[in-house]
Amino acid sequence: MKFTLSWLRDHLDTTATLDEICAKLNTIGLEVEGLEDPGAALAAFRTARIVEAVQHPNADRLRICRVDAGPGFEEVQVVCGAPNARTGLSVIFAPPGTWIPGLEITIKAGAIRGETSGGMLCSLRELGLGEEHDGIAELPADTTPGQSYADFAGLNDPVIEIAVTPNRGDALAVRGIARDLAAAGIGHLRPWLAETVEGTFDSPIGWANLFPEACPWVLGRTIRGLRNGPSPEWLQNRLRAVGLRPISALVDITNFFAYDLGRPLHVFDADRVTGDLLTVCRGAGEAFQALDGREIVVSPEDCVIADVAGVQSLAGIMGGDATGVTADTTSVFVECALFDPVRIALSGRRHGLHSDARHRFERGVDQALPVAALEAASRMIIELCGGEASEVVSAGEAPAWQREARLRFARVAGLGGVDVPADEAVTALEALGFAVRQRDADEVLLDVPSWRNDIAMPMVLDQAPGLDPARARRAEDGARAVDAECDLIEEILRLRGLDSIPPVSLPTLSAVPLPALSPRQVRAATARRVLASRGLMETVGYSFVAQAAAARFGEVPEALRLLNPIAADLDQMRPTPMVNLLSAVERNAARGYPDLGLFEVGPGFSADGQTQVATALYSGHTPRLPGRTAEPVSLWDAKADAFAVLAALGAPVDGLQVTADAPGHYHPGRSGVIRQGPRNVLGYFGQMHPALLAGRGLDRPVVGFELFLDAIAEPKRRRRAAPDLSPFQPVHRDFAFVVAGDVAADAVLRAARGAERTLISGVRLFDVYEGEKVPEGHKSLGIEIVLQPVERSLTDAEIEAVSDKIVAAVSRACGAVLRG
Amino acid sequence: MSDDLETLRQETLAALAVAADRREWDAVRVGTLGKSGRLTALLKELGRMTPDARKLRGAAVNRLRDELSRAIEERGAAIEAEILNARLAAERVDVTLPTAPERAGMIHPISRTMEEMAAIFGAMGFRVAEGPDIETDWHNFSALNTPDHHPARTDQDTFYLPAQDQGRERVLRTQTSGVQIRTMLSEEPPIRIIAPGRTYRADHDATHSPMFHQCEGLVIDRGITLAHLKGCLTDFLRAFFGKPDLPVRFRASYFPFTEPSMEVDIGWSRKSGEIGGGDDWLEVLGSGMVHPRVLANCGLDPREWQGFAFGMGIERLTMLRHGIPDLRSFYESDVRWLRHYGTSPLSPALLHEGL
Repeated sequence: MKFTLSWLRDHLDTTATLDEICAKLNTIGLEVEGLEDPGAALAAFRTARIVEAVQHPNADRLRICRVDAGPGFEEVQVVCGAPNARTGLSVIFAPPGTWIPGLEITIKAGAIRGETSGGMLCSLRELGLGEEHDGIAELPADTTPGQSYADFAGLNDPVIEIAVTPNRGDALAVRGIARDLAAAGIGHLRPWLAETVEGTFDSPIGWANLFPEACPWVLGRTIRGLRNGPSPEWLQNRLRAVGLRPISALVDITNFFAYDLGRPLHVFDADRVTGDLLTVCRGAGEAFQALDGREIVVSPEDCVIADVAGVQSLAGIMGGDATGVTADTTSVFVECALFDPVRIALSGRRHGLHSDARHRFERGVDQALPVAALEAASRMIIELCGGEASEVVSAGEAPAWQREARLRFARVAGLGGVDVPADEAVTALEALGFAVRQRDADEVLLDVPSWRNDIAMPMVLDQAPGLDPARARRAEDGARAVDAECDLIEEILRLRGLDSIPPVSLPTLSAVPLPALSPRQVRAATARRVLASRGLMETVGYSFVAQAAAARFGEVPEALRLLNPIAADLDQMRPTPMVNLLSAVERNAARGYPDLGLFEVGPGFSADGQTQVATALYSGHTPRLPGRTAEPVSLWDAKADAFAVLAALGAPVDGLQVTADAPGHYHPGRSGVIRQGPRNVLGYFGQMHPALLAGRGLDRPVVGFELFLDAIAEPKRRRRAAPDLSPFQPVHRDFAFVVAGDVAADAVLRAARGAERTLISGVRLFDVYEGEKVPEGHKSLGIEIVLQPVERSLTDAEIEAVSDKIVAAVSRACGAVLRG
Repeated sequence: MSDDLETLRQETLAALAVAADRREWDAVRVGTLGKSGRLTALLKELGRMTPDARKLRGAAVNRLRDELSRAIEERGAAIEAEILNARLAAERVDVTLPTAPERAGMIHPISRTMEEMAAIFGAMGFRVAEGPDIETDWHNFSALNTPDHHPARTDQDTFYLPAQDQGRERVLRTQTSGVQIRTMLSEEPPIRIIAPGRTYRADHDATHSPMFHQCEGLVIDRGITLAHLKGCLTDFLRAFFGKPDLPVRFRASYFPFTEPSMEVDIGWSRKSGEIGGGDDWLEVLGSGMVHPRVLANCGLDPREWQGFAFGMGIERLTMLRHGIPDLRSFYESDVRWLRHYGTSPLSPALLHEGL
C-alpha cells in the first residue's frame, strides 16, 4: 500500500516529521517497505532569475548571466551554454556543491574561458525529471527567486509504501492509516463527513439481488449528463505517486476512493447497460471480457453482476469491458456494495485475477461505509465531470456487523507481560474507533468499529479429529472466552509499542538442562560426524528431483509426484538422497573436481513414508604421490565407511550379514545388502551401475552406500561387564583354505569363528588367491586366527586341537580343503 | 715404565688410532685385553714373579691396563658414534616433501546452524521435535487458524501432492508448525520445543529457494507472557551471534496462528554488513503469543495454558552469521564452497567450548 505524505495529511493533523511517522508505522505493525522522497534529491535546486545575460567575450556559444537566486545568492555570475539563456528569464539554479542527478556530477565554482561561474542553470533533464533538453528550463515569468524548486514544482511529496498484513483491510485506506497513527499519538484524525448529493430523478437502472450470501447489500445510482475527460492534475499526481496510471476522471475517482477510504467502487457506462436492471447472481458458465482484456468463464460459485445482455462484472473483483466507461461516456451507474470476503478470495484465486478491489474485499471493507462512500463519490464525479445524480437504489440490507468485545484490564499484563493503566488502554481503543459501552474497575465492554473486520470475529475452530469430546468442548469454551480479548490486548500493545515490554528470560526448568536431542536425532548427528571425519563433504539436496532421474534409484509412485512443481525437473519426491549426490558428483566433475566423496543425511520418500537415509557417493581417484600411484575409489571404501557409521551407531557389526542382492542402481556383481537378520535391511553399498553413469561424463568409477538410520535398533543401554584382560599372550595361526570360487569369504570366516567358542578371539582374512596354484574355479583364502588363552598358556597339543577343529568346521561348512 | 710396557702402550694406541671400524677395533681389543692378548699375557706373568718384583711390576702393568682399557673404550665409543653419524647421514630425507593430502570432510553450514540452535535452546530447556515433510493441510494450515480462503494461505505458494484415501489434501509443509501441532496433541504442557527442518514454498529466485530450512519453537505453560517471548528470543539471538549487547527490536505484525504477533529485528550496518553495528535494522524472525484458536484446535484450554511460538529461516541466519552472499549455493554441493563454509566434525557445537 502506497500513499503520499500530503495525502496522509488530508486525514491526519500532525506536526510529526516524516522520520517520526515512518518510525511509528513500523512500531504499530504497518511496516514501512519503501520510502521515496523525490524532493530530497532536489533540495539544493532553487528558483532564480537571469537579471542580465551578455555574450561571453571568449566563446561564441557561451553567455555570461548575472543571476538572482534569492537570499545568499542575490547576485551570482554563471556562465551558461544554453541558447535560451536570456535576460529576464526565470530559471532553476544549482549552487556550487550540488549533485546534478542527470549528469551524475557535483558542480563546483570555477572559471569557464576566463570568466568566473558560481553555479549552474539547469534543464529538467539535468534534474532527472524527463527528457526535455532544449536548453535550460523556463519557469513562469512571475516566479519568485530563491524558492526551493522541489517545493515550487510540487515535487516534495514523499511516497511511503507500507506492508499491510492480511488482517488489516482497514489499513488499505489512507484514512485507516491516519487513524492508526492518531491512536498511536501521532497527531489527530481529521473529521470526515460525506455531504449528501440529493437525487433529482429516479435511477433508470435498478438492482436485483439473487445471491445475497455473496452480496448482502448493494447500492447504486445513475449520474447523467457528465463529461469524462482527464482528471485534474492533483488527482493524477496522487495516483501516479502510488503507482496507478491515470486513465480518465471516472476511473481515477474510483481508484481514489479505493486508496483514500479503502472503498472499492465500480462505474458502469449507463448507456452501455442493456435493460433497466443489474442483477447480482451466480455465474452460469458464460464468458465475459474483463477490463484487463482477459476472457473469464464464470461458474456458479462466482458472484457476478449481469444485465439482460449477459455478465458485466465479476463482482468485487473486476468489471467487464462491454459496460466500462470510455472517453465518450456521458452517463454512469455507480456501484457500491458489500461482498463476502471468502467468496471474493476464492473467486479471485480461481480465476487468477488480482485487483485493488479484490485485495480490499477479501480482507474486509468498512461495513458501515457504503452509503457515505457513494455520496462522496457522487459528489466528486459531479465536481470533476459535471452532471446530475439520481436517487440511490439498493438491494439487500445493511448487514448486522455490530460486535462487542470485553477486556479484563489485568489480562493485559497476564498475556502481554506489562502493566498498562486502564485509562491508557481505553483511550487507545477509543482512538481506534471502539466505543465504551460499560466500564468498571476491572473490565470494559466495547463496541467494535465497523472497519475492524479482524476483531471479535465469529469463532471458527477446526479441532483435531479424535479429540476427547469433553476436552474439545472445554478448549472451545476457553477460546470463546478469551478470543476477542486477545484481539484487544494486541491493539493496546501494538499502539504502545512492543519495545516498552521489558524482556524476561524463561524460567529455568532444571538447573542442568536435559538433552535436547532424542537418541534418534543423535544418530543422525553421529552419522554426520563419522562421515565428515572420514573425509566426506556433507551436502544438502532438494527433496524433490526429476521423476526420470528418481526412477533410476527406486519406486516413484504418483502419490509422491507434486501436482504443482515449480519446475519440470523438480516434480518427484526423491526415493533416496543418492539421486542428488549423483548429480552433485557430475556437476563437480564438470567443474574440474572429479575426485571427491560427498554425503547427505536426509529424507528418502516412498509409499510407506519418509525415512532418514545416510548416503554417500565417491568418485575418482586418490591423489598421486611419490611412491604411490593413484587408486580408483572402490566399493571397499564405501563398505568401510558404511560399517564405520554402523559401528558408531552401536549396530552389532560382527553379527551383520552381507548379501549380494542390492537394488538395480548398483553394479550387480559389486554391491551388497547389509542385513541384520533376514528381514531387516540396514543398507546397501557398492559400485554404481555403469548404465547409471553412461552419458554423464563420468568415466571414472563411482561407488557409494545408503544406510537406513531408522532400521538400526537403538543400542541397549546395559551396564557392560568389566573386560577380561588376559595376562597370557595371544597365539596367531595362519590357514589357507581352498574353496570353490563362488563360496563367500564371509561363510569361511563365520565357520572358522564358530569352530571354538572360548579360545578364538579374532578371525581375519589376509589373502585371496586365484590362479594356477589352485584348481580351476577355486580360490585360496588366507585367514589369520587369534587364540586368546584365558587361564594359562596353551600347549602345542591344545593349539593343534583347536586348529583341527577350525579346519574341520570350515571344511564342513564350505567344502574347503586346507592348502598344502 | 719399562720399555716393553711402553712399547705395548705405543703400539696399542697406534693400532687403535688406525682402527677404522668395529672389526679392526675389536681386533685391537682382543689382541690387548683378550684371553691371549698381550697385556693379559703380562698379567699372567706376574704370578710367576717374586713378591717384590711383582709389587713393582704389577703396579705398572695395572696402570697400563687401566690406561689401555680406557683408550679402547673411548675409541670404541668414537667408532660407534662415527657409525651412527654415517647412518644418520645416509638416512637423511627431504623433509619438505608434502604429506599425503587428507580428504578433510566438513559439516554443511545448515547442519551446523541447526546444531547451534539445538545447543542454545537446549540450554534453555527446549527439546528438538520432528515431523514429516509431507503434511495434511490440516496440520499445515487449518489447525493453525488459517482456513482455506485465508489470504495468508495464498501468500505462501504451497506445493500440493495427490490426496490419498479420500483424505485431506497433502502438502509439502510450508513451515514446521505441523510439528508444534503434533506436539500439543501428543504431550501435556509444559512444552518447550524447537522444530528445525525442511520447508517448501513455490518460490525460486536469488533470494528464495523452493526448499529451505526453518526452525520453529513453541513454549506452552501457565503464566508465559510476551515478556518471556522477548527474553527468550533476545537471549537466543545474542548467544547465536555471539554479541551480548546485540540490539533486538520487536515490531507488531500479523500471523494467523499468533496474537499478538511480532517480527524481530536485530541491529546491523547496511554498509558493512556487520551484525550489531550501525543504525539499521534487519528482520530475522517472526513470533507471537500462540492464538487461542490454535490452542483450542489442539485441545488445550486457553484459559489455562498460554505461550509463544516463533519461526526463523536457518539459511538466512546462517548467511548473516557467516556472510554467505548467495542462498542457492547452499544446495549446489560445490566442493569448493563446502570446504570454505563447512565446519570440522571434530568441533561440534558445544556451549562449554563456545560456539
